[in-house]
Amino acid sequence: MTSSRSNILSRWSTDKVLCQLLRGTAVIAGAIVMLIVVFLIMEALPAFYHIGLLRFFTDPSWHPAEGFYNLTPMLWGTLFAMTGSVLIATPLGIFSAVFCHYYAPRGLARLYRRLIELLAGIPSVVYGFWGLVVLVPLIAEMEPPGPSLLAGILILTIMIFPTIALMADASLANVPQQYLRGAAALGLPRWATIRGIVFPAAKSGLFTGVILETGRAIGETMAILMVSGNVVQTPSSLFDPIRTLTANIALEMAYALGDHRAALFVSGLVLMAMIMGLALAAEWISRGRIYG
Amino acid sequence: MVETLNRSQTPREWLAFALVWGAAALVTATFCWLLGDIVWHGLGHVSWTFLTAPPENAGRRGGIGPILVSTSLILGVCLTVSLPIGIGTAVFLAEFTSDQSQFGRMTRRSLDILAGVPSIVFGLFGNAFFCKTLGLGFSILSGGLTLACMVLPILIRSTEEGFRAVPASYRLSAAALGLSRTTTLVHLLLPAAVPGLLVGLVLGVGRAIAETAALIFTSGYVDRMPESLLDSGRALSIHIFDLSMNVSGGDANAYASSLVLVILLLAINGIASAVTTYGLHRKIVRV
Repeated sequence: MTSSRSNILSRWSTDKVLCQLLRGTAVIAGAIVMLIVVFLIMEALPAFYHIGLLRFFTDPSWHPAEGFYNLTPMLWGTLFAMTGSVLIATPLGIFSAVFCHYYAPRGLARLYRRLIELLAGIPSVVYGFWGLVVLVPLIAEMEPPGPSLLAGILILTIMIFPTIALMADASLANVPQQYLRGAAALGLPRWATIRGIVFPAAKSGLFTGVILETGRAIGETMAILMVSGNVVQTPSSLFDPIRTLTANIALEMAYALGDHRAALFVSGLVLMAMIMGLALAAEWISRGRIYG
Repeated sequence: MVETLNRSQTPREWLAFALVWGAAALVTATFCWLLGDIVWHGLGHVSWTFLTAPPENAGRRGGIGPILVSTSLILGVCLTVSLPIGIGTAVFLAEFTSDQSQFGRMTRRSLDILAGVPSIVFGLFGNAFFCKTLGLGFSILSGGLTLACMVLPILIRSTEEGFRAVPASYRLSAAALGLSRTTTLVHLLLPAAVPGLLVGLVLGVGRAIAETAALIFTSGYVDRMPESLLDSGRALSIHIFDLSMNVSGGDANAYASSLVLVILLLAINGIASAVTTYGLHRKIVRV
């Protein structure tokens, strides 16, 4: 990479101006994350003063009108929905990528890849709408009431599936060809090659994919709000309605005032912390451990 | 590559074969179900009048005219702000910093985090910063600015790729000819990086159109024709959300609006992949 920076012979003053100008835009772009965190903290401060951190976990319930701010049911909602969808979407996505690379004929693989890209482009509100009018009535027939943790998990699965599928696809494509030729020369059958050679070689890419899809599952708002019932409770079965942290913000922000509003910003901070943790994990995985 | 792998008949191989094809079939079936459902129910309602008429009776009847206008205004604000900042940052990262520089690394890391921030958190931030602190209220301007923050990482990533795809010899030749860096950038690198820029633009527009959660508390719910950028305006995705959740009997129009949104996004996706396939690998050497 020849960066123009090293072009020290340049004596044009416009270059200096341009460089400063571009640096300015980069500062703005880089500062947005800081700005977001600062504003979330500023808006959440009243909650820390008046309510205190501990009461978000020990209050009897989430009834902001009466001054109760227990976030744990929503935390459980988010965690259950996330875990369920990641558990289903991960094998599905990895199998899809394997299908594209090692099982499907070339033309079919290309077609299938286009289909996954299309799935990735469909907006969450359309998934949510489809879940509401198609999935929820189906689940209601099995076991009322219908809007439930199960519906949330299924919709989230469809939504995060493209992320892991495309990530796995890219990392399988990066497996060195001579590994596969070596396996073929040894007479290994197809699945044995994939399990014993391809998966270990593509490990770090696959893990990054899982982290990315987890991030999407945590942050998804509209689709899960539309299908999961939004009752504040810790679910005891798959058919119980749940409310996630994100849905809680979307539902109550419209009329929240004072401490209630601050409490919603606290849940925003919690989400932000989860995402930052995932980003750090992703960086740790991708650092130098490729094909390890 | 398929041909080089042996076809063996052990039970385990058969099981894996069945699972892999099963997963692919399941995904395809779900996709067809979803898309088929929306096309089947939506197609009957989409017409020219639906696209231009104002919504009546809370959206149960009438069309989506003002909503399409609001959506494009929000998009316009978003692009006007994010394009200069995004391209500037991408040029700076690709051309004016080395990979080792501290500043470049910090900027990249913060953009990576920004790319993962949930949209509802953007909504909270937009509400606190643009609506309250800057005093813009629930308006198209606030919504567009919030979306601009959201699409920046996508825009910057693709544009940077575009600049990195330009051969180093271009820069070396320009330097040998004594061109200033500004001239090199404007006349040589920018035209060569246009495909990357286009991909970023198209992906960013796709993400912005699809967004709902970030807009509820920034651009608002009002479904009238917006008169200025400081008016509240309802985006298409929020219209679908509102019709399906808060308006009983709005399903027919929700289906039609979903179909319009999906068609828009599929078109955008098609453009993006066409540009990647035909544009990114083409060299611009003109004599």
